[in-house]
Amino acid sequence: MTSHRLFLLGIALTSAVSPGRLAAQDTTAIDRGVRIGIVYRPGVRPGVVVLPGRQVATGLDSVRAIVSRDLDYSDRFEVITLPGGDSVRGSTTMPARPDPAGRGARPRPAAGGGTLNYPLYRALGADFAIDVRGAADTTVIVVHDIAAGAVRRTVQGVLPALGLPGFRLAAHRLSDQILQATVGTPGMAATRILFVRDGKVYRIDQDGADIVLTSSTDHQAMSPAWSRDGRRFAYMEFADGRGQLFVQDVATNRRATVTTTGKTLDFTPAFSPDGRTLAFSRATEEGTDIYTINLHDSCCLQRLTRGGFSDNLSPTYSPDGQRIAFVSTRPGLPQIYVMAADGTDQQLFAPFDYGVSGSSNAPEWSPDGQSVAFHRDVGGTLQVFVLDVRTRTVRQLTSLGRNEDPTWAPDGRHLAFVSDRSGYRQLWVIDLETGRIRPLLQQSGARLPAWSPRIPEAGITNP
Amino acid sequence: MTRVHSLVLMGFGVALLVACGKNPQPEATPAPAPNADSIAAAERARADSAAADSARRAQEEAERIARQRAADSAAAAAGAVTEVRNMLAAMIHFDYDKAALRSDDQAGLDQKVAILTANAAVRIRISGHCDERGSDEYNLALGNRRATAAKQYLVSHGIDASRIETVSYGEERPIATGHDEDSWAQNRRDEFEILSGGDSLRKP
Repeated sequence: MTSHRLFLLGIALTSAVSPGRLAAQDTTAIDRGVRIGIVYRPGVRPGVVVLPGRQVATGLDSVRAIVSRDLDYSDRFEVITLPGGDSVRGSTTMPARPDPAGRGARPRPAAGGGTLNYPLYRALGADFAIDVRGAADTTVIVVHDIAAGAVRRTVQGVLPALGLPGFRLAAHRLSDQILQATVGTPGMAATRILFVRDGKVYRIDQDGADIVLTSSTDHQAMSPAWSRDGRRFAYMEFADGRGQLFVQDVATNRRATVTTTGKTLDFTPAFSPDGRTLAFSRATEEGTDIYTINLHDSCCLQRLTRGGFSDNLSPTYSPDGQRIAFVSTRPGLPQIYVMAADGTDQQLFAPFDYGVSGSSNAPEWSPDGQSVAFHRDVGGTLQVFVLDVRTRTVRQLTSLGRNEDPTWAPDGRHLAFVSDRSGYRQLWVIDLETGRIRPLLQQSGARLPAWSPRIPEAGITNP
Repeated sequence: MTRVHSLVLMGFGVALLVACGKNPQPEATPAPAPNADSIAAAERARADSAAADSARRAQEEAERIARQRAADSAAAAAGAVTEVRNMLAAMIHFDYDKAALRSDDQAGLDQKVAILTANAAVRIRISGHCDERGSDEYNLALGNRRATAAKQYLVSHGIDASRIETVSYGEERPIATGHDEDSWAQNRRDEFEILSGGDSLRKP
């Protein structure tokens, strides 16, 4: 009870010190009948300070930089920078003055961190202080709860050497553990985003680092999509006028063709949550319809829609696997529909005004199941929308430039999307809670992003 | 050269001396002397040769002309094939986000029907394309509609459906790279490509 009150006090301090970085909201134009904007609650974000290092250690400095950025990009904290850097990290008994003589002379705080300058951090609005240290080959991160005046949790992991593959991902995993230890929810630091550029599939870490080419041929690729376990992804490749689907293993980069695809134009693959079924769109002379195939047994092609004079495409599963949202042109223009996973009970999903609302496309069901993101033509350009599944209402998230192809982060509150707001098309990330928008990639031509689940891997110990 | 000349003159002098030293012999001079007959013969020969030359030239000329005519007519034939091929390959265009055939494309489509009717061995592939404004993935479905719309027109005018393949490239293969209505209008199109049987196209 007491600690709870102290925690609330910390929150109050946070809101007083840091009014927030909420200027990025960009919703002005309003589609008729659409609830607009992002509902955010300013001032509830705890402050966090990442303590600078005591000794020069490149690997640890990199971990510190990565963790610091991850906490910032999680949009769950006010990340506070210490004035004067190292000089304020020391114990309460040390004078807060620059120490040019070097850091070795400074008394090292105990592992418990009892000598950290809690009052100072509290005065700066910090609720948590993050202390990144090294012990032999293990990286130890101590999470201090400022309000409680004690260590809240220690997380540690053996990280690959700086520069080795896996180093950054391992550091991101530590960030996610810090998030779990502080705000009690899993983060999205250890995630990656697939996207298409120049007809090839690339992946990039969610913090914008490490672009890696992942598709292996010169055929033009489109529409990458992750499996729910993060171990595979599917995508489409053009080959001689046909669309062939592939499933590629992340660890080995080996890929396999999906049975029965490639004889016609097959595109927009989507894994069922259990990973056994792949839904996709197939264009034939009858039009485009949604099919499923059993990936596990490479059999049992099923046709879920019969459009006739309309097209049905871009399937996306609900996280419980019970339903599929998709695009249908049955109202004349493409709009967002929903059906049971077996193709029954097809109905309109995202409401629209006849003759007013433009084409709606590219739906993606959120990981928490509560929302479906999509884009809709508003006045001749595309904007990102979110459908509330329970109330069946939509809200427009963007209005600056052209914004399309939203994809959910596994935390269910961030979306990556394509925007030309900076003059050319590139990937951006929006936080639905705060409205903050940041560029993910500073290169043009990126499109069709697909945000991964949390990347699975062993090797991180968590005492 | 000079030495050769003096040797010849020397030989001539010796011969004169020998001749002078002996009595003149009546039949002693077999050396041919030019006379009227020989001149005429030479003239005749020259005339014959000239006639042969001119005949040869005339023949060559005739052959050249024949070759030229053959080449011209081959070129004309090839030109006709090219013309037919171009008519068959002529693109048709669409309105934004529409797959309905436009009335201004009907004459071109009727021409394709005639060509395909006159050339029963020809198989074609129709590819549907879109501009960059729509959704990337939806455009694959829209391009598919555009390709099948043209196919349905040809089939409904008597062309065997098995001779026509359709594909869609959505907005993935623009022919105009601008970001304006002029470029977009060019990119909203069907392309017609001959798959086989296009070597000796006949004009309908």
